Amino acid sequence: MRRVPRIHAQYHASVLPSLISTASPEFKAKAEAMDSLVADLEAKAAQARLGGGQKAADRMRSKGKKLPRERLSLLLDPHTPFLELSSLAAHEVYAGETIPGAGMITGIGRISGRECMVVVNDATVKGGSYYPLTVKKHLRAQEIARENGLPCVYVVESGGAALPHQANVFPDKEHFGRIFYNMAQMSALGIPQIAIVHGISVAGGAYVPAMADENIIVREQGRIFLAGPPLVKAATGEEVDEETLGGGQMHSSESGVTDHLARDDEHAIAIARGIVGDLGAAGAKPGVPSAKSENPLYPASELHGIVGTDLRQAFDMRDVIARVVDGSRFREFKKEYGPTMVTGFAHIHGYQVGIVANNGILFSPSALKATHFIELCSQRQIPLLFMVNVTGYMVGSKAEKGGIAKDGAKMVRAVACADVPKLTVIVGGSFGAGNYGMAGRAYSPRFLWMWPNAKVSVMGSGQLSQVMTSVSKDPKQHASLKDEIEAQSTALYSTARLWDDGIIKPTDTRDVVGLGLALAARERNHRGRNGGSTTWDGEGRGYGVFRM
Amino acid sequence: SSSQDASLRKAHFDKVLIANRGEIACRVIRTAKKLGIKTVAVYSEVDANSLHVLEADEAYCIGPAPSAESYLSMDKIIEVCHRSGAQAIHPGYGFLSENAKFAERLAEEGIVFIGPPSSAIVSMGSKSESKNIMSAAGVPCVPGYHGTNQDPQHLFEESKGIGFPVLIKAIHGGGGKGMRTVHSEDEFMDALESAKRESQKAFGDADVLVEKYIVRPRHIEVQVFADMMGNAVSVWERDCSVQRRNQKIIEEAPAPGLTPELRADLSSKAVAAAKAVNYVGAGTVEFIFDNDTQQFYFMEMNTRLQVEHPVSEMVSGLDLVEWQLEVAAGNPLPLKQSEVPLIGHAFEARIYAENPRNNFLPDSGTMLYLSTPTPTHIFAPTFPPLIPAEGTSTDSGDVAPREVDTSVTVAPSLRLEQGFTQGSQIGVFYDPMIAKLVVHGRDRTEALRMLRRGLEEYKVVGLSTNVEFLLALASHEKFIAGDVETGFIPKYFDELFPPIPEPSSELLAQAGLYVALRDHPTQPADSTPWTTLQSRRFGGDVYERIISIQSDDAAPDAPPTTVHVKSVSPSTFDVTIRSPSGETLAMFPSVPAHLASPTSLRTTLGGAGLETTIVSQPPPAAVPASLAHGTMERLHIFSAGGRKTTLVLPTPGWLRSLGGDVLSGSKGALRAPMPSLVVEVRVKLGEKVVKGQPVVVLESMKTETVLRSDVDGVVKAVACAKGEMVEEGKELVDIESEEAESA
Repeated sequence: MRRVPRIHAQYHASVLPSLISTASPEFKAKAEAMDSLVADLEAKAAQARLGGGQKAADRMRSKGKKLPRERLSLLLDPHTPFLELSSLAAHEVYAGETIPGAGMITGIGRISGRECMVVVNDATVKGGSYYPLTVKKHLRAQEIARENGLPCVYVVESGGAALPHQANVFPDKEHFGRIFYNMAQMSALGIPQIAIVHGISVAGGAYVPAMADENIIVREQGRIFLAGPPLVKAATGEEVDEETLGGGQMHSSESGVTDHLARDDEHAIAIARGIVGDLGAAGAKPGVPSAKSENPLYPASELHGIVGTDLRQAFDMRDVIARVVDGSRFREFKKEYGPTMVTGFAHIHGYQVGIVANNGILFSPSALKATHFIELCSQRQIPLLFMVNVTGYMVGSKAEKGGIAKDGAKMVRAVACADVPKLTVIVGGSFGAGNYGMAGRAYSPRFLWMWPNAKVSVMGSGQLSQVMTSVSKDPKQHASLKDEIEAQSTALYSTARLWDDGIIKPTDTRDVVGLGLALAARERNHRGRNGGSTTWDGEGRGYGVFRM
Repeated sequence: SSSQDASLRKAHFDKVLIANRGEIACRVIRTAKKLGIKTVAVYSEVDANSLHVLEADEAYCIGPAPSAESYLSMDKIIEVCHRSGAQAIHPGYGFLSENAKFAERLAEEGIVFIGPPSSAIVSMGSKSESKNIMSAAGVPCVPGYHGTNQDPQHLFEESKGIGFPVLIKAIHGGGGKGMRTVHSEDEFMDALESAKRESQKAFGDADVLVEKYIVRPRHIEVQVFADMMGNAVSVWERDCSVQRRNQKIIEEAPAPGLTPELRADLSSKAVAAAKAVNYVGAGTVEFIFDNDTQQFYFMEMNTRLQVEHPVSEMVSGLDLVEWQLEVAAGNPLPLKQSEVPLIGHAFEARIYAENPRNNFLPDSGTMLYLSTPTPTHIFAPTFPPLIPAEGTSTDSGDVAPREVDTSVTVAPSLRLEQGFTQGSQIGVFYDPMIAKLVVHGRDRTEALRMLRRGLEEYKVVGLSTNVEFLLALASHEKFIAGDVETGFIPKYFDELFPPIPEPSSELLAQAGLYVALRDHPTQPADSTPWTTLQSRRFGGDVYERIISIQSDDAAPDAPPTTVHVKSVSPSTFDVTIRSPSGETLAMFPSVPAHLASPTSLRTTLGGAGLETTIVSQPPPAAVPASLAHGTMERLHIFSAGGRKTTLVLPTPGWLRSLGGDVLSGSKGALRAPMPSLVVEVRVKLGEKVVKGQPVVVLESMKTETVLRSDVDGVVKAVACAKGEMVEEGKELVDIESEEAESA
């Protein structure tokens, strides 16, 4: 890879100016509003990190087990980053039940010097059982792993599907069975699948270790069986205890279901670290940035006062970009044309990136400019970063006559087919078809993060009121529907349902995106070249690793 | 001397062989190099990479490790001497240095022995003969009766003549058996009877001698030098009173509290002693000095350059090895008595591999880490020539009273005499002395300050050392006051060995930070945000490392103290210390910390900037993990003030469990518990052994360990041989247990 010589921080045509006034009352008010939203986010995230609470934690500890986050901490290389995904999944989703993080910790971290996807069952939450959103979180983690070629380490302790929810967990395409489908395909694609069985791993859950390329079980603690002792007794009359039926000793010495027998959680994790260290060429190599990382010229903390929390208050996205990109340098493309769209090239943590950002409503020229820019990036193999604050495409006869639908479609088509990794950060609103053009969830960006103030819905609240009056005459109904839609458009609502990969603090944007770009830049094993597709196409890749 | 006609001077040797090892060999090589003399080192097989071998111009292996087969082997040394063309041999101290036969052999072979004539060695080697010679020469000896008349009444009369208190000693005695101190006449008969009884029982001989008992003795010795022309001078006295196990550990010059007249008297007597045996070269006349009466008595004369010669060099500004070479070449002494300077004060502290808290038992092993103070000097500082005052330069053999000169401006100096480097094996085959720290200052106070500073900076890991003990000694108020005596250590024992304090929270915090930091991944050349964004977590998440720590003397399975190190930024940490029961003992928020080197932690705790040396001693790789502290990682922390604390990082349970399997799987196999010498293998292949039967005898610096079979069985393999040096953890003998056979 060609290395761009380091440009020292000096005034340069591409350096974005900072024209904001941090002393203005507007800035201060916006900053305060964002501060409290961020504080609320951190409080909720901290609460979610406690998992199922003290009692459940004490119970696990009393059995000599490590807590899920302790396992995670031991598994990752010390003092390294961890990019946690959807930490507020299932937040206030299941009526009457608190399922912190959907009972699962997922994220990307370094193990033995390699970035890996880590999926940790949280047995302090309902015994680690799979709620519908647990399945969704697991599948999303696998999707990210597949797209970025990340070895997967499953830290297993789960009773399997949450039976009362089986209809939303078991039968459909993107349900429980998909986990093993993904494991099989990733294995075939050369993406290693490693499982550590710390506790119960039963029924469908038994297939996680069984489908893994290499696995570990903890002696007198991990248990793998298709049916537990009560079910066995009911089915065949056989009376057997759990350890005999599916304990580590049996599986390691007799059935061959497990490969490594560990003395305790710590030992199991040490073995897993050893396995990842020995992945050879199967774990992709890190992609080294083309330039040296430089800090932006202006502090990220000012993002709070620039953007605020009221989406109706406009801001210049360049002020955001100036606090995210290396050296605040942004080489803008077609600056004068379609000015509600901001496009240009920059570096983040040394990685080249093409930024597509909103500075207002999308008109035909804006859409065309974005389409042109996406084509450029696609041709040059430069990843795209969408920085979203869009109310949608322009409406009205003038716009329709100008072919806004046609031009918007060009942009959507370009986004859908762009042959480069896409990352999306929703900084403000992502409404209507603007969501499509700006790489919303349906357009499979590698990652999609939201700021705490961000909103996603079919249209902005302004339009919503107007539309309401045109479709119904009952003002009472208008109000309640409007409230409902507004509640459903918040970042918290979105992240709870895994419409995104997590809410991030505005000040974390640069680092989160940098980590994401680093993953996108990974040199993939040639067998995984087309790993971006989530649909199996065979191509004579064989079957991955069978457990013998 | 300066008046010496240059044309009459005899040339130095071109090449000298040093029949020694360690620091003294290095010391001799340095002076030889200074004078342009080539050096030849000899070494045993285990010393092949020693410092003296590296520093010499040529080096020859003279045999296996045991001294008798190498450094004491006259034939081999003489052969090397001829082969290399060396004209003289410097014997150093110990080994062959006071061997009259060696001196004689060399004379026969036409090789110069850098030391006294063999006759002087013989005379001084015999205690009784030397005392007779001394008495004849007017040198006072300890009053006593050494005769054959064992009649109690006769012994009593003799004792009265000597004056009470007296000491009754068994003639064939040793180790305090058959020894009685008698303070008054009426105690004498009972004490004599019991001494004789004990002596008969212990040694099969009831004969005793009677000597003057000195209540508060000091050990004062005089450095003398004599040339072949019959000239002899004193290079003043040294005080070596403070001793342990009858061995010196700290020496100083001049002796504190001596009047110039007493100094002159001691020196005169020492010179007389040297002359009485026609001494040539460097020698030391040792006296026992009665602190109460200010009387001194001849003890013995050491016919070699002593370990502690540097203190005399420091106060005189001389190079005594150079003088030895000068004299051996046949030249007269370079200075007259009146020209020998006596400036300032000097100390030498001997750093030994030993355990002061365990009765100073020697330790042995590999010096894993060594960091020393930076020496200011290689040789003694040079002083301006001394111009004798009118009328004092008699040079009649008598020594004029001499005041210590404190008027000369001297910068404090520090010298290190060492023969080992990091990685050296110490004390397995040879003397466990690691180094000598030598300091000099304008006066005793300044020299002591330098000594303490130097000791604080002397850091060794891998072996127990007496550094901390020496520091306690050099800081003791009575020592500072110059109130020394041979019984100093037992007398102030409790103050010299204060209880070891529990490790402080600051210390534990530093240990935790050290472990956390050294385990952080290193930045690869090809960095990505995944490597540069260290410890970066999101949404308020923080990486925390929990480190379990035990003190070195804790029971191995005692629950550990934990240090919780949270990465609040790439280089700042919240550190919390928790007791084994989980209660918070201390918290240090936002502590900046980094490793300045792999063994140096820089941090700020409680507002105090600290740079602490921390050395990790990893467990031996081939020894399965167990509860034994020796199989766990140890951290050696050198805190301010020279205190060394050793902490243990307990091995995780699972690793011990795995180690336990290996150990139980190899039941019957006997492994070396420490690096040691195989003294004896008591079994043969195929031999039947019973549980508890001695199988192998090991020696590790003067301590024998008998390894016994822990099963009944048959010897399946013998993997060691007598005289072999074995590493820690090596399997020596495998015994197949009978249970295994039948099973």
